[in-house]
Amino acid sequence: MKISRRAVTLGSLASAAATIAPMASGRAQAVPTLKIGCLTDMSGPYKDLAGPGAVAAVHQALEEYGVSSKGFKVEVLAADHLNKPDVGTTIAREWFDRDGVDLIVEVANSGVALAVANVAKEKNKVYLNSGAATSDLTGTGCNANTIHWVYDTYMLAQSTGAAMVKAGGDSWFFITADYAFGKALQRDTTEFVTGAGGKVLGGVAYAFPGTTDFSSYLIQAQASGAKVIGMANAGTDTINTIKQAKEFGIKMQLAGLLLFLSDIHSLGLDVAQGIVLTDSFYWDMNDRTRAFSDRFTAKVKGVRPTMVQAGVYSSTLHYLKAASAMGIEQAKKDGAATVARLKAMPTDDDCFGKGSIRVDGRKIHPSYLWEVKKPSESKGPWDYYKPVASTPADQAFRPLDKGGCSLAKV
Amino acid sequence: MITIFGIPGPLLFGQLLLGLINGAFYAMLSLGLAVIFGMLNIINFAHGALFMMGAFASWMLLNYVGIGYFPALILAPLLVGIFGIILEKTIISRLYKLDHLYGLLLTFGLALVIEGLFRNAYGSSGMPYRIPNILQGATNLGFMYMPNYRGWVVVAALVVCLATWAIIEKTSLGATLRAATENAPLVQAFGVDVPRLITLTYGGGVALAAFAGVLAAPIYSVNPNMGTNFINTVFAVVVIGGMGSIMGSIITGFGLGVVEGLTKVFYPQASATVVFVVMVIVLLVRPRGLFGKAA
Repeated sequence: MKISRRAVTLGSLASAAATIAPMASGRAQAVPTLKIGCLTDMSGPYKDLAGPGAVAAVHQALEEYGVSSKGFKVEVLAADHLNKPDVGTTIAREWFDRDGVDLIVEVANSGVALAVANVAKEKNKVYLNSGAATSDLTGTGCNANTIHWVYDTYMLAQSTGAAMVKAGGDSWFFITADYAFGKALQRDTTEFVTGAGGKVLGGVAYAFPGTTDFSSYLIQAQASGAKVIGMANAGTDTINTIKQAKEFGIKMQLAGLLLFLSDIHSLGLDVAQGIVLTDSFYWDMNDRTRAFSDRFTAKVKGVRPTMVQAGVYSSTLHYLKAASAMGIEQAKKDGAATVARLKAMPTDDDCFGKGSIRVDGRKIHPSYLWEVKKPSESKGPWDYYKPVASTPADQAFRPLDKGGCSLAKV
Repeated sequence: MITIFGIPGPLLFGQLLLGLINGAFYAMLSLGLAVIFGMLNIINFAHGALFMMGAFASWMLLNYVGIGYFPALILAPLLVGIFGIILEKTIISRLYKLDHLYGLLLTFGLALVIEGLFRNAYGSSGMPYRIPNILQGATNLGFMYMPNYRGWVVVAALVVCLATWAIIEKTSLGATLRAATENAPLVQAFGVDVPRLITLTYGGGVALAAFAGVLAAPIYSVNPNMGTNFINTVFAVVVIGGMGSIMGSIITGFGLGVVEGLTKVFYPQASATVVFVVMVIVLLVRPRGLFGKAA
């Protein structure tokens, strides 16, 4: 079909009319409107594990909750924080001050995540983080406006670290990204490894960012005689470490301290098989996760959701329930009160099942240890994990009194 | 077991070898930059993006057309080289009369656009690319496992570097090229089509980057940012070797790879900076670079 200029003009006129119409009626009836901002990495290393898929997850939550039938409206904004805390906080301020945003979701990258938490508190808005790793969000950096939804460094370290020692991997060598996140991950994991009776034989902190060749560190790891290599890094760094370990015939067990489904997809099973990792969500876990993931894949073609994208869906859905229960006007007025309401309500959704939110802002659910399948075990694309172990919800995260969060002391 | 500076000998030899392998990439990339700068006076900041395009071209050939690694070693540089020629003809050639800075800014912008387009289309985690079957596996050298593929990279890089050097320094085509750099109007008076020569030189330099990209594809994940990681170091290599010096960039490339490899043993945190420390020292002591000629 040929599209004529006239048709395009007519179409745009029609759509303009369509946008004017609800505005006119809106003024008459004053339909309350919530604004949700999805602040994420749209172009950098975390684009595939969060990014456009996270924005799609927000829309999915809105559709499935059936906002249009509940007597209020929701607008969604999306922006790229470029993995820079200053860019992230500027966008968050603009959203809160100028655009009237009520809730920020996602925010992968620990540095940006902590900075945005402060803005949310200052402006008394709601902030539900799914993508960041740092356990400080519910520890020393916690506040009454923030909930940390999916996972954190403590959960990862405990699940992967302790489980591997139990399975016989009792001596470790770390390859660590030389910045706050990598060091925190190494510190937390070391605690669990030694706590379970294992030893740390050494480690190397490599320059971050900018390192692409890990072969040198892998050879050092091999020379240390350790049984396990703990990869305290993320994204393409982890991908390159794994690829090169395979290339250099390193026979040591690889422990992925932070790996996402999208990383495994990029590596391919040929290289990734046998790696042990921790995720709190996997699309093929049960009937509910499969149903959720099929609906997600219908929106985002050819891709299965990561735990971060699942978290964005789950947290948005829970927010909608709480906001509509307490009244939209009330929810818009006081972020801390809304978060208190979120904490008071039990959570339940297709991704994480039944759960709860602790007073320090930690969303609680079980964590799962997975092993990446061999190519022969996989039935097709995205069939990547088989379950190894799980940690029940009440033990998966740092005990409330150990985090140093001021909210937990009351 | 022998130890050198407290490091076990085998570990040290292993690192030297690894340094040589990385040096192979530095050498190939800086060689292309040196050729382009020497002939065109353009500081080609798009080099990293073109390197990335080479890797992507081989990935696309495999996944869309079913063409394997070895044909891709020739086809991918050819395709990316043609893309480079189009870039030179349509955009870059407009800047020859202006200061270096304009060329640098333009190619920097081009690099951002190219990388952005690829990131948009293919995401940022990267694509897997298998090592060809014949080069799978590793050889036990006694002090370390040497992956066969990495050995192949060093050999291929050396051959390509030396061939490029020979063409420019030892053939009549190379002589014409060098003459055209020195005095273009005079060479043109002898009936040589200098603009076309320049276009082909740019295409050749780009093809070198793409060739390195194909070699890199099975080692690193094929991802839109892979060039950015390399390009800063490679520029330092060119500056240290002397802008425009062909042999200089080859030797410096391999040499700095080794220096970096050793740093990874003694003080890993500094491995990303050591090349720039060397650059500062060289610039202070010998501003033209180690192999640069006086103007």
